[in-house]
Amino acid sequence: MEYTSLSLVIWLPVVFGVSLLILGKHVAAGTIRVLALVGAMLGLFVALPLWVNFDNLQPGFQFAEYHPWIDAFSINYHLGIDGISLLLILLNCVTTLIVVIAGWEVIRDRVPQYFASFLILSGIMNGVFCALDVALFYVFFEATLIPMFIIVGVWGGPNRVYAAVKFFLYTLAGSLLTLVAIIYLYQVSGGSFSLAQFYETPIRYDAQVLIFLAFFAAFAVKIPMWPVHTWLPDAHVEAPTGGSVVLAAVMLKLGGYGFIRLALPIVPDAARELAPWIIALSLIAVVYIGFVALVQKDMKKLIAYSSISHMGFVTLGIFIFNVQGMQGAIIQMISHGFISGALFLCVGILYDRLHSRQIADYGGVVNRMPIFASFFLLFAMANSGLPGTSGFVGEFLVIMGAAEVNIWFAVAAATTLILGASYTLWMYKRVVFGEVGNDKVAKLSDVNARETLLLIGLAAAVLWMGVYPKPFTDVLTQAVITSLDWASQTKI
Amino acid sequence: MVSFYSQFQLILPEIFLLTAVSAILVIDLFLPAAKRMATYWLTQGALLVTAVLVFLVTSTSAGSVVVFDGLVVIDELSGLLKILICILLSVGISYSRDYLAHRDIFKGEYFSLALFAALGMLVMVSANHLLTLYLGLELLSLSLYALVAFNRDSKDSSEAAIKYFVLGAIASGMLLYGMSMIYGSTGQLNIEQIVNAISAGNADMDLLRFGLVFVVVGVGFKLGAVPFHMWVPDVYQGAPTSVTLIIGSAPKLAAFAFVVRLLFETLGAATLQLDWSPMLAILAAASLILGNLVAIAQTNLKRMLAYSTISHMGFLVLGFMTGTQQGVSAALFYVVTYALMVVAGFGLMLLLSKRGFESDRLEDFRGLSRTHPWFAFLFLLIMFSMAGIPPMVGFWAKLFILQSIIEQGFVGLALLAVVFSLIGAFYYLRVIKLMYFDEPSASTVAEQRTGSLVMSVNGLLLLALGLAPSWLYSLCEEVIKSSVRLF
Repeated sequence: MEYTSLSLVIWLPVVFGVSLLILGKHVAAGTIRVLALVGAMLGLFVALPLWVNFDNLQPGFQFAEYHPWIDAFSINYHLGIDGISLLLILLNCVTTLIVVIAGWEVIRDRVPQYFASFLILSGIMNGVFCALDVALFYVFFEATLIPMFIIVGVWGGPNRVYAAVKFFLYTLAGSLLTLVAIIYLYQVSGGSFSLAQFYETPIRYDAQVLIFLAFFAAFAVKIPMWPVHTWLPDAHVEAPTGGSVVLAAVMLKLGGYGFIRLALPIVPDAARELAPWIIALSLIAVVYIGFVALVQKDMKKLIAYSSISHMGFVTLGIFIFNVQGMQGAIIQMISHGFISGALFLCVGILYDRLHSRQIADYGGVVNRMPIFASFFLLFAMANSGLPGTSGFVGEFLVIMGAAEVNIWFAVAAATTLILGASYTLWMYKRVVFGEVGNDKVAKLSDVNARETLLLIGLAAAVLWMGVYPKPFTDVLTQAVITSLDWASQTKI
Repeated sequence: MVSFYSQFQLILPEIFLLTAVSAILVIDLFLPAAKRMATYWLTQGALLVTAVLVFLVTSTSAGSVVVFDGLVVIDELSGLLKILICILLSVGISYSRDYLAHRDIFKGEYFSLALFAALGMLVMVSANHLLTLYLGLELLSLSLYALVAFNRDSKDSSEAAIKYFVLGAIASGMLLYGMSMIYGSTGQLNIEQIVNAISAGNADMDLLRFGLVFVVVGVGFKLGAVPFHMWVPDVYQGAPTSVTLIIGSAPKLAAFAFVVRLLFETLGAATLQLDWSPMLAILAAASLILGNLVAIAQTNLKRMLAYSTISHMGFLVLGFMTGTQQGVSAALFYVVTYALMVVAGFGLMLLLSKRGFESDRLEDFRGLSRTHPWFAFLFLLIMFSMAGIPPMVGFWAKLFILQSIIEQGFVGLALLAVVFSLIGAFYYLRVIKLMYFDEPSASTVAEQRTGSLVMSVNGLLLLALGLAPSWLYSLCEEVIKSSVRLF
């Protein structure tokens, strides 16, 4: 009953994107938007059967596809998904749809290129999550840089060039070190780029450490972890709303996925030995960046720092090496995708009206935009980790997992419940509650049908994951157990 | 054994080309200025017929054939390179048409010189004897010196030509001096006989090593590797863009053959390889460092691409340095895809230039995505390909080279290459930033109806080859395996 395939999931959005570029000038902007919407919807549509037909109990990779690609180096077009990839692909497809709808009215300039960039980016990111050949993974991983660079640089804010170049070079730096590691692994594994082969290749401990550091360079920048996180606030502030949503919701997850899929199973000894350092960096991200978020004046920068803080939970969950931690990390990735995406969307809605992201320029928005305020409150609460919303599930699992390793890790991590609530709710209070702040706020109009649709969709996702996360955790169980098995072996 | 008369069959392409260029020279004398296009078409015809002849000769001859008393070798490597040289030159000349006309240098002599350069390259690629190699090299170089100076009214061109000539003469002199030492040491000039003399122990190894150093100097100059790179920025910038295109593309393929024949086949015996391998490592590392760093400071696109050429040659030399078949195959793939990128890049500049407007400054590209969206997109592909970002073919070229050096254990050099590629990515990004993130300014190339099917194919080929590099790499590997002797 499989009328879909992973190749379709990857290439359908790319093909739609390219055709938008080709049709570009010859077709009216309205038609371009409709085509983009059709492309995004089809992209989600072909991904849904993956969920429906996914076998929760099967340990290996499903929906596998294998074609030889570059014979001379045994690089193959090898695709396959497990529970982790599945959830991330679905997150990606949903996010793409949201972004297309979100950019409907605001983008007036170079419309076909805008939608094409997002569709192509979406397809490439699906490729990252499906790739079972490490060279293929790397090609997709790097290829995401180009559309994102264009998105930030063309449709971004006043300082967009600095942000785009910083993003590109920072990410490229880590990736290039990983490239050297991947080529070294090719030698050591006897001439193959297959992920399964890498999982089984024995590697000496000192080489493992270097390879782990190379992987760490790439994925830590992507997540981003403290201290290589400085590109994210700039990128988020300068990116257009859609760009921020995709960046926060999906692109950051490439880093977490990379740790789970590549770093842990390939160099498990080094990963276990260096885990305390990673945990330390994660906790710094959670606590210190939480404080940094508290003092931000720009809403988008605040949410960017909040992203870094929440992603700290992801790396914490991964490197405590137990089932709850890993599950919590992945749930946190998905949940953070929805919540951050929703928060950036809300800020975008305000920005569309007032053209300012400064908290000081707002105040008493609830008086004019009550519906918006309700949705914004839900997402703010979810960001704080309120039980009943998806934000709680991931954090709770990770804290529980951390408690099994060391109670102080759990305590430090649990401070997010205080800090997260502080910065988010304080921002919310200053922007939304109280008397109408100034004349511009007085003239605000509430959300229209398109915006409400988006907010309802995201709210439903956040509440569903918060109230009934079982479908998500069921899908993950097998994948998490397999990953941890690989991560607990010795390869020296 | 090849009979006397059928030997000539094997060098039919070169004979044809020589006849064609002589004929074109004479015919052009009698053409009025208005009919100059005839020379252009004759030139294109000559190049394409030569390519076809090379194909026929290579496909009918079995394996490597050495003819004319060991002066000439016909093998798959020479066949592939000759075809590519002719095609790239033909494409480059097609881009130059309007450019030459606008600058009043659309003269018959231009095409004749270009064809002589092609002939020189064909001779170089098929050389089995040190003198044939030198002959081809000089024919190529002298034609290029004249081409660089072709625009008499340009002071920059004249200055560039003098620099190129003087430095080139010194380098040729060094090369000849090295060759003379090889002769002095082994008593032979024929490649196979030199190898025999070395392996029989009849050669004076110290003298040979001394000669090797001078040969490497000559090689370094031709490639444009540090510290023999001084001519590259000035010549690339000063020469008319159409000549820069010629210098930057096809001669690199000929230089590849030059290095393979000289360093790998002649002096590739195991002991000597240990001597030139470290030399090449230093050339490579220095080129990577200097090329990438200095390119950042440039405001002229041609000069920036010149420094980027130096860094690309660094990568190429890394492939040679390994001394393995893997490394040379990767180097061949690199030089072929690099030549394609260069033709595309300079070709785009040619198509964008107009009467009185050079379009070689970075400023001219500001906001190009508004005025020329398709060309801007093609240039984006070219820039990302040069930077080595997937999915363009430049990524694979770099990957294969890195693989070949890591295989031999040169992880440190691989890291150096990668770090400087990162630094180098900046100036490619800057061009894209100018094209896409900025609005057009007064100096931007104004909107005009220029289109070129060949340019589009050229640019899109970089993406297509990036998505399907396998056949080209397998071709390179097979050519090296069957052609390069004495591994």
